[in-house]
Parts: sequence; structure tokens; C-alpha cells
Amino acid sequence: MAAAAELTLLEKSLGLSKGNKYSAQGDRQIPVLQTNNGPSLTGLTTIAAHLVKQANKEYLLGSTAEEKAIVQQWLEYRVTQVDKYSNKDDLRTLLKDLNSYLEDKVYLTGYNFTLADILLYYGLHRFIVSIIVIGFFSVIFRMIFFNLS
Amino acid sequence: MRLFVSEGAPGNLPVLAAAGRARGRAELLISTVGPEECMVPFLTRPKVPVLQLDSGNYLFSTSSICRYFFLLSGWEQDDITNQWLEWEATELQPALSAALYYLAVQGKKGEDVLGPVRRALTHIDHSLSRQNWPFLAGETESLADIVLWGALYPLLQDPAYLPEELGALRSWFQTLSTQEPCQRAAETVLKQQGVLALRPYLQKQPQPSPPDGRAVTNEPEEEELATLSEEEIAMAVTAWEKGVESLPPLQPPQNPVLPVAGERNVLITSALPYVNNVPHLGNIIGCVLSADVFARYSRLRQWNTLYLCGTDEYGTATETKAMEEGLTPQEICDKYHVIHADIYRWFNISFDIFGRTTTPQQTKITQDIFQRLLTRGFVLQDTVEQLRCEQCARFLADRFVEGVCPFCGYEEARGDQCDKCGKLINAIELKKPQCKVCRSCPVVKSSQHLFLDLPKLEKRLEEWLGKTLPGSDWTPNARFIIRSWLRDGLKPRCITRDLKWGTPVPLEGFEDKVFYVWFDATIGYLSITANYTDQWERWWKNPEQVELYQFMAKDNVPFHGLVFPCSALGTEDNYTLVSHLIATEYLNYEDGKFSKSRGVGVFGDMAQDTGIPADIWRFYLLYIRPEGQDSAFSWTDMLLKNNSELLNNLGNFINRAGMFVSKFFGGYVPEMVLTPDDQRLLAHVTLELQHYHQLLEKVRIRDALRSILTISRHGNQYIQVNEPWKRIKGSEADRQRAGTVTGLAVNIAALLSVMLQPYMPTVSATIQAQLQLPAPACSILLTNFLCTLPAGHQIGTVSPLFQKLENDQIESLRQRFGGGQAKVSPKPEVVETVTTAGPQLIQALMDEVTKQGNIVRELKAQKADKNQIAAEVAKLLDLKKQLALAEGKPLETSKGKKKK
Repeated sequence: MAAAAELTLLEKSLGLSKGNKYSAQGDRQIPVLQTNNGPSLTGLTTIAAHLVKQANKEYLLGSTAEEKAIVQQWLEYRVTQVDKYSNKDDLRTLLKDLNSYLEDKVYLTGYNFTLADILLYYGLHRFIVSIIVIGFFSVIFRMIFFNLS
Repeated sequence: MRLFVSEGAPGNLPVLAAAGRARGRAELLISTVGPEECMVPFLTRPKVPVLQLDSGNYLFSTSSICRYFFLLSGWEQDDITNQWLEWEATELQPALSAALYYLAVQGKKGEDVLGPVRRALTHIDHSLSRQNWPFLAGETESLADIVLWGALYPLLQDPAYLPEELGALRSWFQTLSTQEPCQRAAETVLKQQGVLALRPYLQKQPQPSPPDGRAVTNEPEEEELATLSEEEIAMAVTAWEKGVESLPPLQPPQNPVLPVAGERNVLITSALPYVNNVPHLGNIIGCVLSADVFARYSRLRQWNTLYLCGTDEYGTATETKAMEEGLTPQEICDKYHVIHADIYRWFNISFDIFGRTTTPQQTKITQDIFQRLLTRGFVLQDTVEQLRCEQCARFLADRFVEGVCPFCGYEEARGDQCDKCGKLINAIELKKPQCKVCRSCPVVKSSQHLFLDLPKLEKRLEEWLGKTLPGSDWTPNARFIIRSWLRDGLKPRCITRDLKWGTPVPLEGFEDKVFYVWFDATIGYLSITANYTDQWERWWKNPEQVELYQFMAKDNVPFHGLVFPCSALGTEDNYTLVSHLIATEYLNYEDGKFSKSRGVGVFGDMAQDTGIPADIWRFYLLYIRPEGQDSAFSWTDMLLKNNSELLNNLGNFINRAGMFVSKFFGGYVPEMVLTPDDQRLLAHVTLELQHYHQLLEKVRIRDALRSILTISRHGNQYIQVNEPWKRIKGSEADRQRAGTVTGLAVNIAALLSVMLQPYMPTVSATIQAQLQLPAPACSILLTNFLCTLPAGHQIGTVSPLFQKLENDQIESLRQRFGGGQAKVSPKPEVVETVTTAGPQLIQALMDEVTKQGNIVRELKAQKADKNQIAAEVAKLLDLKKQLALAEGKPLETSKGKKKK
């Protein structure tokens, strides 16, 4: 899913009415949002966090210092690991790690649903086939089909 | 909570620097683990640093750990910080880990290391200079700064990897590196071993894949190219199409220039040079030249602008100089005033008036200010003990006494300070004091003096600063100096002196005294204006309508930002006070200081004898303007900047654009049919032009000059890609394309000529004459890029703008002005590595190669006979071979050379 489409989808699920237009920068097509008041914002997770605030749903960024840091950690994980895996082995490790992290959790922060869950879900969506094939679907499957639906 | 670190892990740096934030809010234990230990149960691969939280959760991302520490201290996250951290993780880290690996593990050096990260470093530098903030996310240091600083520190702590041209990055990095938490983190992690401290850790890591296969480029502007919106492009095209019609009518020059209600009125001063000293390049860039750029810019904006300066003439130094030369003080001042005026005229400084302080107006205004201060109770009287030489019949200023240091016994201690032990001395404490003029022994006499009661004025000053400083463009150093003076508390300051050469004190009992220069020198601006127009009070007693910009080096800040405002506020006479105090740092000469006595450095009157035009001096001095930090004048660098930026970039572009018009289109600007690509270029040029305006409005003179060079780089690239010289020979469509490219290029050249006007007025006028740019377009600069040379416009004769500076020419200048420091050779790396041939031989060969190269180029340019060219090329290749041998490569042959 292209970053712009992903952000549009996020806007919808946040209940934001006005659709923003996104441009893309460089080879990796990093999304850029031109805001009305102030400079443009660059980067998927930066824009996503901005949209969450726009929609007055700050709780999706975590409510305690700990939650906030964890949300950002997994947002970073999404853009540095999930988006950049380079081979099957990497992907396998990535999914295994996530699986074992989520084993005793409902959501990435524990019990509260956050932006990290949304973006990680979007990021993993394209691996859905691999997830089923490799067999780590127990937990991630639950995440995808129960918690986000 | 518990932090796990591993020796030499780069992530330790930001984490330790940020950890201080959490202190007192949570208990933090730090444990050191091996680089291969897996501390996070759910991660397959080892990762440090890791923070284990009291809840049992783990933070394994370095920036998230830092973020957590900041969040604990009550910091709120914001978009800009998020953007920097995302950029750090996705863009900077891949490039940086490759560079660090090359450097620390593989022992690579130079461009191999810098190449992968250059783009990222440039991005930081540009953001800093664009935002005009000292820190990444605003006025104060924050999370983004710590995370990026920590990531970059191992690389940038080696000055070799902190490119000089990235000035904003440099000063940001240096500011952070001196902060206490950062300093401590750096010591803990690198243990004074530099990047090698990371080696044991990095060795255990898989080799990072090189950052995305993008070509490494030195063209930093490219990255900005992607973020234009459709609206921006459309607006740029509309503005362009309106052309010269959108220019307002040219205002006739006013004499005298006076403020007009409802318009922007800009009053500009540059610090008054002391009349006896011939100014050196540092004085020139610090005051008059910087102010001149701003004054010229201000006039291009059609603001009512008055720019004034003059010589500061009163004081002991003039009296002594007069005695030395057997002249009266007035004659000395007359003589030196002319020398100053000539120098500034040569540098093309556009003063509306260059006056002097020894005028009746100065006496009248100074005495008036004094009387008002006196009647309002802001003047104190006190007795001061001073040395008096009975033989010379005068009190001795500190610098005219010498004696034995009371602290260390040094024989030739000065009246204010001992050169040996460095301690400050009160002149009357000197043992065996001597008058420096007649060598007789002075006696201690007490003398009555007047003091300005600064403590009593402090509250008014703070009120005024509170209103003035926020939102103003006072430079950070000026703010800092004023803040530290106020923090230490103001003390009464003596405003009188036992001298004859000065403004008389209009008070009974003080008939043989004059005002101390620092009290009345700043009043010089007012009196010089009064000499220019009898309506001077419309400028100086009009704070509501006049914006006062004062330019100076940082040592002058207290007098302009504190003492004069106190005097003026004390008079309760509604004076115009400084709105923007623009202070530079110092300019050094090569590796040392300018010194008249040691004959080191270039002084104003010598610059004209170098054969280098004034505009080149102006360009280079402005290019290295000590904005934000000290900088250094370097001959080699001046040659480099002239040959690369002026000759190859700016001059080349403007000359080519004009040449295409005259060669391919008979001197008439061709029809332009803009394609979407051309429209994007229009928008980019517009964007850069707007950036130039933003910077100059904030008096960021050095940075705005970069915008000019960026536009001409865009222009060169545009010509290079579109190749009008080929298309002109092609089909009808190709010819039309060549026309559009030429037309757009020559219009960019016209725009550049106006943008260049504040910096290089003569070159600017030359370009405008060559292009026959219509009059209003020469003198007005809007924020949009207009088509000022429409199709059908006839241009004049085009010729090259700049001359190449040659190595030997610069080398001989360096020796002439160098004092004892001519040790830096233009190619130090060559000379150092040579063991096989003497540096003279190599230098001689290098000169030969250069000369031969020129011959070949010239022949090619003249389209000379092929055989002739081939023969000269063969000679050149041979010379190059000899040079390679002399430099010791390849090795075998070089040994043979040594035996000779």
C-alpha cells in the first residue's frame, strides 16, 4: 500500500472529513503533507501522529510516558524494520519476534489500542500470505482479525 | 528501571546524554553487558542500549529511550520532533552506520567515510539555516537535538568530518558538544579515544549495507527539489507572466532621506571606526560592509533607508598621535578621516553620510543629553585617584603608564594589565611608574569625576529590553552579552576624563575635563545625522516610525545595547533606540590574528594594491562573514571560492545565458514556451528567492549569499540538461526549445544581477549593462521571480565577469601579507607526503601543468588545428606524468628519481 493511500485510509478511520493531498519525495516515495498553518510534514509516522492529534484522539498516541514511548518505538519499528526487510530470513525473524512479543499482550502497549497497532497492521498486511505460510499466525492473526476489525 | 549498555555501542551517547532528564523522577541503574548478549526476551538479535522499565516492558530503540527520559521530565511531544526522529531512524542511521563502520572498523578515510553521510549532513545544515533557529526544533535544546547529536558525535568530533561549508551544522554541533550532559556522555562512551572506542562493538555487528543505491552527490540543493505543490508552481508562473508591469514605480531619490509616516523607515549605523587605526578586513566585514549589504538590500525593497557612519575622533590616542607626528589633534583627525573615507569609497560602501565626531553638533547634542541626565538626577560625582605626569602636565591614561608589576615583579607591566602574569592592574598600584612619553615618574593625584548612575536606570533598561528583544533580530551573541551584564548588576560608570581633546563638560568645576569617549562616541550617530540634515530628530526622536539597525563587532555590544540606551532613557526625550543589534564574531587572519605591529594581515588601504577587484574582496569577506562564530580569512580559500563559486558557477552561468542570446538569437531574447519542467524551475527559483528575502530580512547576510549561488547552480544544471547549443541546430521544435531554455536562463541571470547588488554592486551593474535590463527592474527586488527580459528584448555586449586567481599570484600575496606565518601551502597534502622530490620541484611542475592545461583549453576554444592540439595534449600528459613521479607515485620509479 502506498504511503499516501495508507494515510488516506487512516484519515477515514479517524473520522477526519477533509481529505488531505499528499505528495511523495525521493526514490522511496516518502509522504509529504503540506499543512495549512506552518511548514510541511515529512514521513509516514510523523504525519500519522499529526492526523491523530487533528482528530482529537491523542489517546491513540498513548496516555502515560511509558505508553507514549512504546507507541513511538513500534512506529519506528514499522518504518525501519517492517518496511525495509531485505530477505525471507529477516521477515521470518521479524514475525517471530512480533509473535513472541504479543504472546502475553492484547495490543502493542498491553491493553490499550493505539496508532502503533494501526500502522503495524497496515505494514504487515502485505505479508498476510507469508504470515499464514510461515505459521506465526496465532497471535498476529488475532491482532489482525479480531482487534482491528 | 534498568539501562543495559555495552562498551562502545553508539546508542549509548544519546541515551546517556538524555538520562539526566529522568534524574530525580525515577531510579536508574546502569549495567554493562557484552555486545552479543540478548537482553530483550522477545528479540532474536542482540540490541543495546535497552531500557527495562519497572513494569517489565522493554524499550529497545535508542530514540524511544531518550524520548521516555524527556517525557518523564514533563516534555510534550510535537510534530517537528517526531519528524526529526523519524528522519534520524530512516535516513540518517543507515548512512551513518555505514560511515562509522568504514571509519572505525575498516580504517577508511576522507570521502569514503564522508560520502555516504554528506547528503544527510547537508539536510541538517539547510534545515537549521532555513528555520533560523539555533536548535533543530526551536529556540531551545530538545529531544531531537540530543538524539541527532548523539548519533553524529562519534563522526563529527573529528573536525575532518565536519565540512566547513556547513556552518549552521557546525555551530549547532559545537553548541551541543559543550553542554554538560553531552560532554559527560561523550567522555564516558568515547574515553578520549575518538571513534576507535566504538571499534570493539562495531566489529561484532554485521556490516551495514550501504545506504540506498543513490549516487553520492555534492549538489545539496537537489533534495529540496521534490517538495513543490501545484499551487506554488501555478503562483510562480502567474507572477512570472505579469513581468515588469508588476513593479511599482521607481521612487525618485530623496535628499535628504527622511522617514515617512506609514512607510517602512530603516535607519542603519555601523560602528564608528577609531580615526587613528587603519581598519583591517575584520573591521570592514564586522561593521561597514555588513551594514552596507543590508542598506543596499533595504533600498532594493524601496524602504526609506538612511545609512550613516563616521570616524570617532576624540580621545587620548589622538592626542598622543598628534604629539608623535608634531601636528594638532585636529590636523591628525583631518588627515586620517580622509584615509578612512578613501578606503570605504574603494570598497563601494554606500553611506548616505560618512561624518565625524569633532563637530559643533556633537558638542551641542552631547551636552544636551548630559544636562537632561544631570537635572533628572542620573549623574553622580566622586573622587578618583589617578597618576599625573607633572612634566607633561596631564593625567595619564592607563596605557601611557609603565612600571613594575605589583604581583609578579615584571618590569614592563602596563597600566591596566601585566603582560607576564596576565593579572589586571590598577595603574596607581604599579611600582616605579613611568610616563611612557617623557619617562618621568608620575604622582598620584585625586581628581573629581562624573559618573552615570546606571543602577538607577537599570529598571527602565530592563523594561525597554523586555519590549524590544522578543521578536527582534538581535543576534544571539548580543543578547547573551547584555544578559550577562545585567546578571552581574550594573555599576556607576565614569563619564569624564582629564583631557583636552574631547567634548567639554558643561559644569562648573569641570572646565578642564572632557567627556569620556564611550559616553559620547555613540552620540556621534546623532550628530553625524544632524550634520546631514537639520531635521535629524525625525530619525532619532521617532521610535514609533523608525527601525534602527546597528552593526558592530561583539566587543561593542555593551555600549550600544546597554550604556547608550540607559543614557537615552534617562533623558526622557523619546530617543529612537536600537531595534536590531547585529553583532559579528571575530575574523581571524589565516591561523592567527590581524596585527598591525607585526605586519600580519590585510588592511583596508592595502587591499586595493593587490590587483583583486573590490567586489571580489566583498564577496569573499561576506562569504566567510563571522556570523554566529569566528571565522578566518584564508588566501587559499579565497582563490578556491573565486575560482569555483564565482568563475565556474555564477560567472559561467550568467555569461553562457547571455552568450546564447547573442550567438544563437542575434542578441534578441527568444520566445519562451514554458513546459511543466520549466514551470517547476520557475517555482524553485521563486522559492530560493523567497528564502533569500527571509534571510536578509533577518540580516543573515552570509546565508543569503548561498541562495544566490544555489540559483545559479540550478541555472547551470538547467542549461546542461537541456543543451540549447545542440538543439539550436535541430528541428523547428528543437529550436523553439533552445529558445525557451535560453530565454528562461537569461531571465534568471537578470534576477541574479539584482540579488547580487547588495553583495557585488559593480558586478551587478556590469551584468545589468550587458543585459540592458530596464531601469526599474535594476533597482527593485520583489519576492517573486518576474520575466524582466521579455521576448524581443535586445541585450548588449556580453563579456566574462570574473578572472581566475592563480596559485602563484595568491602565494606571493600570502607572503607579502603573511608576517611570519606563510607556512600553509596551497596543497598541503601533497607536500606532506612527498619524500622523493623537493616541494619546489613539485610546485614548479604543478605550475607547468596548470599553464599547459590552459594552453590546451585555449587551443580547443579557438578550434585550432587538431594536430596542434594533439601535440600540446601530449606535452600536458608528459608533464602530468613527471608530476606524478615527483609526488612519489608509482613507488618504483620514484626511487630512481631520488637518486638523481
